[in-house]
Amino acid sequence: MGKKVGMLVVSHVNDIANGLSTLLDQVAQDVTIKAIGGTEDGEVGTDYARIQEAMDSFEEDKVWAFYDLGSAKMNLEMAMESSDKEVRLFDTAFIESAYTAASLIQADVGEEAIITQLDELKIKE
Amino acid sequence: MVEIESLKKWIELYGEKVTENKEHLNQLDSDIGDGDHGSNLTRGAAAVKEKVSESDYDNLSDFFKDVGMTLVSKVGGASGPLYGSAFISMAKQAKESDDLAALLEAGLDGIQKRGKAEAGEKTMVDEWIPVVAALKENKLTDEVIEDSLQKTKDMKATKGRASYLGDRSIGHIDPGAQSSAYLFKSLLEAGAVNG
Repeated sequence: MGKKVGMLVVSHVNDIANGLSTLLDQVAQDVTIKAIGGTEDGEVGTDYARIQEAMDSFEEDKVWAFYDLGSAKMNLEMAMESSDKEVRLFDTAFIESAYTAASLIQADVGEEAIITQLDELKIKE
Repeated sequence: MVEIESLKKWIELYGEKVTENKEHLNQLDSDIGDGDHGSNLTRGAAAVKEKVSESDYDNLSDFFKDVGMTLVSKVGGASGPLYGSAFISMAKQAKESDDLAALLEAGLDGIQKRGKAEAGEKTMVDEWIPVVAALKENKLTDEVIEDSLQKTKDMKATKGRASYLGDRSIGHIDPGAQSSAYLFKSLLEAGAVNG
């Protein structure tokens, strides 16, 4: 646990989630980044139970969550409702905003400043 | 008020319907979405059947909660959290009331809270809203269910995966409305509706 905020990236496809995590690790070595993709049997979809488990497994109290499509968001919201973590959900361009967040958390930029910058990448409701 | 036995029958019939119509639901979904709605619900129905067969329920709330949580964890697509939220919301309502219209209205609230959909956006909500309204007046019929379903055909999707298609979504029945229509037809067949 190197930073105050950890990142959770959720995709419908495991390779996308893991690929994004690989990209983020390159700019954010000290940020905890967890990736969840696909259903429990490796199909395309999102899996509430694994999202919940990943969310609760952070050592950090604050978790910033990024997702690709709407049903990932719904599962994230359900997980948030029963999690003790302080989770913030970003309705932003998945890859670009996660990359921006990872870079800025790594650089110890203040949370409010990062959030303001991420707001410009909002593309989802 | 409703009897728990008729509601168990309801869920059993619903599981049979989505399983029998798996390919039809997949086809409707592939027209305007990702093509797995039938497969997802069939998987969910099998998991629900297994789950509820393990327990002997003496109250509605526990039954709905198990149905909801199983759907959330096993369905995979967007319909998992949506149907799951409906039943979890009905489980909460069941602690206060066993009036069927009130239960289904709570289910609709759960879906809308989760999916943020309003009427006319070509989603399952367009099936649920008229059905709940009809139930309140004790006027739920197959015709209400079918008419509401057909109306989704001319709607343009502005919520959910189909919204990426824009105008191209017009002319197709919404798969979530179709599976919800099976849900409500099952309700009638199970004899859970008075009058």
